[in-house]
Amino acid sequence: MITEQPHPARLAYATSRESTPANIAPSYGHFIGGAFIASSGGKTFETTNPATGEVLSRVATGTPEDIDRAVAAARKAYEKYWKPLSPARRAAYVYRIARAISERSRELAVLETLDNGKPIKESRDFDVPLSSAHFFYYAGWADKLEYAARGGRMPHARGVVGSIVPWNFPLLMAAWKIAPALAAGNTIVLKPAETTPLSALRLAEICTAADLPPGVLNIVTGDGVAGAALAAHPGIDKLAFTGSTEVGKAIQRGRAGSRIPITLELGGKAANIVFADAPLDEAIEGIVNGIYFNQGHVCCAGSRLLVQEPIHDEVVARLEARIETLRLGDPLDKNTDIGAINSRAQLDRINELVAAGISEGAVLHRQSAAVPQTGSFFPASFFTGVGSGMRIAREEIFGPVLSVLTFRTADEAIEKANHTRYGLSAGIWTDKGSKSMYVASKLKAGVVWCSTFNKFDPSSPFGGYRESGFGREGGLEGLRPYLEFDE
Amino acid sequence: MLTFAPSPAVDAVMLEARAADFSKRSLKREAKRAAIDLAIRCIDLTTLEGTDSPGKIASLCAKAVHPGYGAPSVAAVCVYPNLVSVAKAAVAGTGVKVASVATAFPSGLSSLEVKLRDTETALADGADEIDMVINRGAFLAGDETLVCEEIAAVKRVCGDVRVKAILEAGELGSYDAIRRCSDLALEAGADTIKTSTGKIGASATLPIALVMCQSILAFYRRTGVRRGFKAAGGIRSSKVALSYLVLIDELLGADWLDPGYFRIGASSLLDDLLLQREKERTGRYPSPAIIPKD
Repeated sequence: MITEQPHPARLAYATSRESTPANIAPSYGHFIGGAFIASSGGKTFETTNPATGEVLSRVATGTPEDIDRAVAAARKAYEKYWKPLSPARRAAYVYRIARAISERSRELAVLETLDNGKPIKESRDFDVPLSSAHFFYYAGWADKLEYAARGGRMPHARGVVGSIVPWNFPLLMAAWKIAPALAAGNTIVLKPAETTPLSALRLAEICTAADLPPGVLNIVTGDGVAGAALAAHPGIDKLAFTGSTEVGKAIQRGRAGSRIPITLELGGKAANIVFADAPLDEAIEGIVNGIYFNQGHVCCAGSRLLVQEPIHDEVVARLEARIETLRLGDPLDKNTDIGAINSRAQLDRINELVAAGISEGAVLHRQSAAVPQTGSFFPASFFTGVGSGMRIAREEIFGPVLSVLTFRTADEAIEKANHTRYGLSAGIWTDKGSKSMYVASKLKAGVVWCSTFNKFDPSSPFGGYRESGFGREGGLEGLRPYLEFDE
Repeated sequence: MLTFAPSPAVDAVMLEARAADFSKRSLKREAKRAAIDLAIRCIDLTTLEGTDSPGKIASLCAKAVHPGYGAPSVAAVCVYPNLVSVAKAAVAGTGVKVASVATAFPSGLSSLEVKLRDTETALADGADEIDMVINRGAFLAGDETLVCEEIAAVKRVCGDVRVKAILEAGELGSYDAIRRCSDLALEAGADTIKTSTGKIGASATLPIALVMCQSILAFYRRTGVRRGFKAAGGIRSSKVALSYLVLIDELLGADWLDPGYFRIGASSLLDDLLLQREKERTGRYPSPAIIPKD
């Protein structure tokens, strides 16, 4: 018989902070025409570390005039340098950027974590390597563009691309836009999110070190004013936006009548469907990854859990136990699973929706870990007793808060999963392959993950249905919008 | 024929993803020092060679009791049945236990009669624990009843003596089969389930450990009875050993972080743990030559 013996407490992981310096300058201008320059309005704003509230740097506040200058610089670079360049040479530049991102991965990971609040293990193992992988992938396309065309038509670059990216994956979203744009032969003006400009600016430095001709990549920092000016600018030939559905709709309204192609990658409220025959231990991991990855600041997050009724109670019990093991806190600690909420405004939105869930009668379960007193944090949480009409079942919370609903049959799961204004992603958990295939074929979602979640690859297209947007990023489908084809 | 409740399915993708997460935890400074000492206390210091002799066993036992440099004793030594009496004399009065492999180790392909006799010999010589091998041939042929009956028979012979059932996970062919064998062994009465014999190429891995510990956790949830886990085979570095501690900690919890419920079967691992222990103590790596050879 095994006898009870006195045992030690849990392993007390000492803090293990990533120590690579991020080398942040006290201030940054816009990156236009190959140089960092001040805003035409002379104004700057602070970018802060959401985990501490500490000011990291001051960056230029973009104005419509700054956007004009950036678009003009991009046009000039397109005509003067980028268009005449041989595709193989263009590929060499994009490869060089890919390699430089890999070589400076630690520094970029620390920078991203400081500015965004995400755990260093995610910036280190996900954001930065995947950013590099996108440049590698599209570099390979640069001199093979005729294979992107259908029916033997000749491909051409469009010209100047305008891109606006969000704060949840700042470097990665920039890479998703810049890599295919440059590889296809376009020049680009990028507007990073107001709260997370630093990694894009570091990418500008990397491009300078890679000898990218001036004006091929331009970055204008700032808020919605700069974003709106770029989105509406008559000098751009292609617009790619990733962000909220609300802003995406405004952009589309603003571009009505304009003939340039637009790609919008917007919000989501993905169903993660768990059948009673699922490999449950792994499904729990998929649920946790689906909602708590990047604090739930993920447009394709599996934020609506649909559980088959017979296993509802067990899933809830397991989930309660599992979230207790998630480590909430200092994003720079390599042992942290859940970092900081990117901004006070986002934390307010999460709190507002959680309060709505409680007042509508849902039951909140949250991890018991102490929430750090400084900075913006929210513990891993989920709601049970959620009705499909509640706000927490319909609206994107964009935080570490899951809504648990139930279903009885596969067809009911499909109906509930599709009953949303979004359609970006979905997850299916069952041990039965034929059921996976049946359900996947019926889901109106751009990406359906079977027995996994949040898996990305540069060769795989990503994008939404309905109010999650249109157009695809990644893979061949993500390259075509950056090309025109001869009739 | 006995029938047993079906085991849950296991999916390799997320299983391996979570196992990889355990290996990414970072233990530093005092956390690392505590974990190294815990790992040492959980070792079954093992020698299972055809060349094992009384002298070799005596020196292994001396090291098990006093690893050196103030390190704690290991949990047990693990030897062949013929050498149990030598080991028992060498560790007498120290608290270090003697484990013996048995049941026609490592293949397990003898008659039940021979297996039980093998076990009884080890017990008669004073073995404190029995590391038995399960009948993989019977399992792969679909005879779960035979697998269970053999384990139960060995456990009957052993009484209160701890029985560790070696699944030889690398021979079972899938995570589903490893989960099934784990469930069967616990159901049949094994006190501890153990990954491998160390005698085939494939040895313990974190995903295999994760599947087996999920079975232990499910058994605990269902019965309230806490069973043990032993990782064995191929664990040579402190870094890997500490990943197993992290797995136990995060999956099963603190109650399992104890030599009563967790063991690592290893031979050269102890040397690396001692080296890392000295490095943590002094701030620099000592010469490997200072670590005593067994």
